[in-house]
Amino acid sequence: MDNRILLIEDEPNISEAIRFILQRDGYLVDMHSDGATALAAVAQKHPGMVILDVMLPNRSGFDILRDLRANDATAGLPVLILTARGQDKDRDLAMRLGASRFITKPFSNADVLTAVRELIAP
Amino acid sequence: MVPFNLLVLVCLLYVLLLFLIAFAAAKRAETGQLGWLRSPWVYTLSLSIYCTAWTFYGAVGYAARSGLEYVTIYLGPTLVMVGWWWFLRKLVRVGRTQRVTSIADLISSRYGKSNLLGVIVTLMAVIGTTPYIALQLKSVTLSFAVFASNQPEGGTMPDLNATALWVATGLALFTVLFGTRNLDANERHHGVVTAIALEAIVKLAALLAVGVFVVWGLAEGPADMLARIDASPVSGWDLRGGRWVTLIFLSAVAFISLPRMFQVLVVENSDERHLATASWAFPLYLFLISLFVVPIAVTGLAVLPAGTNPDLFVLTLPLSQGAEGLAMLAFLGGFSSATSMVIVAAIALSTMVSNHIVMPVWLSLRGSRASMSGDVRGVVLQARRLSIGAILLLGYLYFRFSGGGEALAAIGLISFAGVAQVLPALVGGLFWRGATRNGAAAGLLLGFAVWAYTMFIPSFGESALMSAELLTEGPFAIGWLRPHALFGIGGLDPLVHAVFWSMTLNTIAFVTGSLLSFPGPMERLQGAQFVNVFDHTGAARGWSGGAAEAEDLLVMSQRILGSKEAQALFQAEARSQGRGGYLPDVTPDFIERLERELTGSVGAATAHAMLGQIVGGSSVSVQDLMAVADETAQMLEYSNRLEAKSRELARTARQLRDANEKLTELSVQKDAFLSQISHELRTPMTSIRAFSEILLQDGAMSAAKQKDYAGIIHDETIRLTRLLDDLLDLSVLEAGQVQLNIQSANLRDILDRALVATQSGERATGLRIFRDVASEDIELQTDTDRLCQVFINLISNAQKYCDAASPELRIRARSSGDHLEVDLSDNGCGIPEKSQDMIFEKFSRLSDEARAGGAGLGLAICREIMLNLGGRVEYLPGQGGAAFRVIVPFAPGPAAAQGPSGAS
Amino acid sequence: MSRRSPIFLARTGYRLRRLMDAARILPAAGAFLFMLPLLWGGGATRNGIIFVFGVWFGLIVVAALIAVPLGGQLRSTGDEDGQGGEDGPV
Repeated sequence: MDNRILLIEDEPNISEAIRFILQRDGYLVDMHSDGATALAAVAQKHPGMVILDVMLPNRSGFDILRDLRANDATAGLPVLILTARGQDKDRDLAMRLGASRFITKPFSNADVLTAVRELIAP
Repeated sequence: MVPFNLLVLVCLLYVLLLFLIAFAAAKRAETGQLGWLRSPWVYTLSLSIYCTAWTFYGAVGYAARSGLEYVTIYLGPTLVMVGWWWFLRKLVRVGRTQRVTSIADLISSRYGKSNLLGVIVTLMAVIGTTPYIALQLKSVTLSFAVFASNQPEGGTMPDLNATALWVATGLALFTVLFGTRNLDANERHHGVVTAIALEAIVKLAALLAVGVFVVWGLAEGPADMLARIDASPVSGWDLRGGRWVTLIFLSAVAFISLPRMFQVLVVENSDERHLATASWAFPLYLFLISLFVVPIAVTGLAVLPAGTNPDLFVLTLPLSQGAEGLAMLAFLGGFSSATSMVIVAAIALSTMVSNHIVMPVWLSLRGSRASMSGDVRGVVLQARRLSIGAILLLGYLYFRFSGGGEALAAIGLISFAGVAQVLPALVGGLFWRGATRNGAAAGLLLGFAVWAYTMFIPSFGESALMSAELLTEGPFAIGWLRPHALFGIGGLDPLVHAVFWSMTLNTIAFVTGSLLSFPGPMERLQGAQFVNVFDHTGAARGWSGGAAEAEDLLVMSQRILGSKEAQALFQAEARSQGRGGYLPDVTPDFIERLERELTGSVGAATAHAMLGQIVGGSSVSVQDLMAVADETAQMLEYSNRLEAKSRELARTARQLRDANEKLTELSVQKDAFLSQISHELRTPMTSIRAFSEILLQDGAMSAAKQKDYAGIIHDETIRLTRLLDDLLDLSVLEAGQVQLNIQSANLRDILDRALVATQSGERATGLRIFRDVASEDIELQTDTDRLCQVFINLISNAQKYCDAASPELRIRARSSGDHLEVDLSDNGCGIPEKSQDMIFEKFSRLSDEARAGGAGLGLAICREIMLNLGGRVEYLPGQGGAAFRVIVPFAPGPAAAQGPSGAS
Repeated sequence: MSRRSPIFLARTGYRLRRLMDAARILPAAGAFLFMLPLLWGGGATRNGIIFVFGVWFGLIVVAALIAVPLGGQLRSTGDEDGQGGEDGPV
């Protein structure tokens, strides 16, 4: 179960790219594109880690992260934040909210893979 | 013998001459050619209305009875005139700076613009002047009678009463015609003044002619005349000291305080320097008038049969000697004396009555809205005309019903003593700042009461109004209240007694009342203005503002200036105060400006009074002016100015705050915009980088997969390119730097092109388009490519976002004025009201899900294009779906033609 | 004797002020003179006439002599000047 990853990202092409590189590395990837129902998806799928986009329709990734950390069940869940808004204040906010890793778009596939590997084993 | 009819004819011709002179002078004055009308000689001659028929006929009678005592009546005014530097100079200066219209106005104005005092003085003046007018009518009538009784066949004796009535009517007519022509702050009557100047010459010439006739015709020169005086019954000068002093004093006082004298001395004065000339010229006039009085009296007593009325010697002496031409001249002299006095007295009194009695009553009856609902100007003039009629009617009635038979001099002295009661209030008001309204009222009322009790009422004769017992025993047999022996001091000459007690008690009451009462702020302000008139020549501040409603002022001004002019005036004022609309703040400055405007239309007096009614703080209501009284006036103005300045500062601060907020807002927007751009650029970049890395590193991929991924990279590159294109386009449009390619085209062709572009290839969707091709046949001059771009954008938006089951788009075009309107409405659910303002902003997307490759720049670009084309695009609510209206001018306006600068 | 320029420079101003004094004194002097007959209680009318009219004429002459220079000192207050809208309430 531990190698199951929930990818919350609304851009279908980006989701497809991440899914491809992670699956190739042996992870199981579930994909979700809506911010409002993201928490429910986490509760349902019980992923080993979450890759979370910030600019999501209906709900910001930061809000979702805050809720995840507030919930005991998911407080320790590794979360990788992905965002196209790469300013320092966004990184600071993400780390303060308890993000495990923070990666700016566009990213190198290797970086994503490295980060995921550090968080959970395939 | 002079035929009576000839006399009447000459008299009428003379009156006609007066009318013509007055008319010509009034015309000249109206056209501004004052010239000699403003000469000091005219002013001096106009003062001669002091010499009435009482002088002309009565002085000789007086001399025949009492010898030299008659000169006292002229010595008093002489002393006043030569003492002009003391008193008259100040009186005239005050009268001019305060725009005083009558002696009642002066007293009222000095004591805090108290209308009570104005009413008291007016009533006193009317009561005191009526017998005097009656006296003039009587003398004219008597002089007519002299000629009539000399008719050879006995003729038809004219009815004396009818004569008096005719004379009174004629005088009323003349006075109304020339005394109420104009209504302005100056209250000058050039026509009347010129006519009375002519009459002054006539009466002087007539009296001198009779005198010369007597001294050199009947006697043999001055030496012989003096000898004849020695031989006459009046050879001994029976100098009664009390009367001598009292009469000089009384005539001096009357000269100042008679309403008609105040009118010519102060109100009709057009130049202070005339006073300097009059200071010696008028005493000379009096000197000449008096010079031959004793000779005429002495000769009359010697020549004419005993029992002849000495009051008519001037007329009967030449007649008895057969000098009919001279008699005729003497008649005209007497006629002139009487008429000029009556005319000026009627003008002065009517001004007082209308200003202090009629207008206050009218304004209070009409309520506070009077100045908005009536012709104030007309009311004032009407009131004056009616007053003149009423005053002359009063004089006539007094003439009819007074016992008659008294010597002319007696009536004149009674009038003198009555109007002299004004003196303490007048002198105190000019020289003593401590004089108060209560003191003045007390003095006036007490003095007037004593005068009436000791002099006026007894003058009607025993048992007329006072019983003989009352006169001899006092009321209720209280001895010390006997009218001719107050406080038991009997034995005095009744005149001396009355003048002494009335003036003494008047002065005591005035001084005591002033010392004990406390003046209001308004009184103190006016007191300082009067007493120190030579120190500060600045006028009293008229307005303190505050109480007025701008709307009320506008309503009133519209009535006077006309709606358009008044609104323009108010709008300009509002704008200069930094406000919009038609209602400026009612500042003192504005009221003064408004008053000047209104003065141009209705005259200063009316404008001031009407404004005063709305603003308060005028002669009508003193409440507001109280606030600026005394020294506080300047402080208040200063603080007003500070207040205005601080208001201005507050305004500036508000503007700065607004600007700052705007800047902050802009800065926030710029951050958001950059952040948004960053996001929009990075998103396609991410896909491109990720898939290119995958393709580079993963050799074991299927060919189909490879093609798939390459396709994604291609799509994202196109998306990126389009985004960059849009951004560049937008920045060019926003900067107004777009190069427009204006050409003629038909709207239908442009729409055709837009539809072809949106429905070709992969973009084609199920959207059904409904057009009204006939309505689209409109030629216009515009940048067709740009307009087409707007239509493409709007149509593709409908394709992307119309969520109806079978989406439809309706296109309707319509000409409207110099532009055409194209409405594009779909049948979807439309745009929520809260978002309607937002949709034309950059990067605004209603839903991220519904994106179809757009970055949310489409409508922002549309808006900028339309602004550059001189039109606009707007959301049209309430059309059942999303609807946009494109408004585009038939031809580019200057802004669009110039390309840049127009839109920002 | 050579003419010397006046030591007192404000001579005209000084003259003018004394002229004003004279103008103030004149009516008092006139009143005093007109009261003089009270001292001798009348007498003959012919003498009275000569006295009264003599004093009277004298007053007129002196008043004229004073008024001419003083009148020039007064401000011109014609209808056209100094009476604008700035003046106080009527």
